[in-house]
Amino acid sequence: MKPASFDYHAPNSIEEVVTLKSQYGDDAKFLAGGQSLVPAMNFRIVQPSVLIDLNRAAELSYIREDGNVIRVGSMARERHLEFDTSIKKHTPLLHEAVPNIAHPQIRNRGTIGGSIVNADPAAELPVLMLALNARLKAKNKSGERWLDAKDFFAGMFTTALEPDEVLVEIELPFMPPRTGWSFMEVAPRAGDYAMMGVAALVTLDENGKCKSAKLVYLNAGDGPVDAVEAAKSLIGESLNDNLIESAALLASEKEITPFGNIHASTDFQHHLAKTLTRKALKIATERAQQKEN
Amino acid sequence: MTHTITLTVNEQKYICEVEPRLLLSDFLRHELGLTGTHVGCEHGVCGACTIMLDGESARSCLMFAVQADGHEVTTVEGLAPDKDNLHPLQQSFWEAHGLQCGYCTPGILMSMIPFLKQNPNPTEDEIRHALSGNLCRCTGYQHIVDAVRLASEKMRELEK
Repeated sequence: MKPASFDYHAPNSIEEVVTLKSQYGDDAKFLAGGQSLVPAMNFRIVQPSVLIDLNRAAELSYIREDGNVIRVGSMARERHLEFDTSIKKHTPLLHEAVPNIAHPQIRNRGTIGGSIVNADPAAELPVLMLALNARLKAKNKSGERWLDAKDFFAGMFTTALEPDEVLVEIELPFMPPRTGWSFMEVAPRAGDYAMMGVAALVTLDENGKCKSAKLVYLNAGDGPVDAVEAAKSLIGESLNDNLIESAALLASEKEITPFGNIHASTDFQHHLAKTLTRKALKIATERAQQKEN
Repeated sequence: MTHTITLTVNEQKYICEVEPRLLLSDFLRHELGLTGTHVGCEHGVCGACTIMLDGESARSCLMFAVQADGHEVTTVEGLAPDKDNLHPLQQSFWEAHGLQCGYCTPGILMSMIPFLKQNPNPTEDEIRHALSGNLCRCTGYQHIVDAVRLASEKMRELEK
């Protein structure tokens, strides 16, 4: 099918972006990479009367280090995240995960901000924002505010953004020393939506005991799912196979609530979550131990 | 309301009036008559409509023509000067039987050009991974993989 008619605006600056959004509110949708919005428009699932195209606002596209954080403009393409050297060095979890997002042809257009604001529970970037404790900067005509990733995702395809706000920047703290990481997902074919996926982080203290841990899942509920209890069960411990196994069991059986779909029953999703968690925690622990040396 | 756009397609400049909702894929096919860009699923899954935008592969069904204003588009028609002088990638598909019905071929070619530029000597695994965003329902992919490998050899030879 073809999209319904709409009025098109392509502002060149953030100022124009927020002015237009305050003018049109909920009638207007932002067009970022368009890799989820345009299919929905082609199927007429979504019929916005106004599109505000962010692609001309060059000031929204950057990736730069600033002290001990990386600042990413919301219109930075996924393909740029994939090859960025700062991201590879300071947030290797993100570097490892990005190639799992769809295909190169999609990543060439898809943006970090677009995927975050779309808040698809099956998407990788919302999960990574939670795992990395990202902060997100929203802007409207009267000012700006910062939101923690954990307060940003408000359910299926829903965020804490107000109708007059636009996401302008993502702040990614450098991963701490002695931190190991792993991102794993299982999809029917490379590039398809994953049936289950997990981002795992393990930080060790000077004595090699677990100081903090993070396990965040995709396609495991109505948003990115943070398994806080399973992560907590690892803290203060010397990680071994038994502990990892019980954390994997806790997260996969008690903390996630997958819905099942045509490709995977809920039983299979729980099974995948357990298997992936076990593998990811082992890899993350090994990497954290290597970083210790 | 229509918008006036100026863009370059296959090194030729065009100035056109477009409605915002016109997809780039439909613009190329219906307005410019460049029907080599095929349309399959219109939601970014099949890859048949893949073109190059400023040298990078992209789905033309997931962009509006109005967004291509000021940009450079390359379609499959831009690969070879004429039918007797095919691009080495096209020649390789011919020689290695890399197509049957041909519906997916333009999208595959436009995906493989930037891939081979970035990775001139790919392994079979890398080729298969790079092809994952393009569906072919005829070949079973083996001859496409062979064609891409043959093309990488031909293109490396030409570079020397």
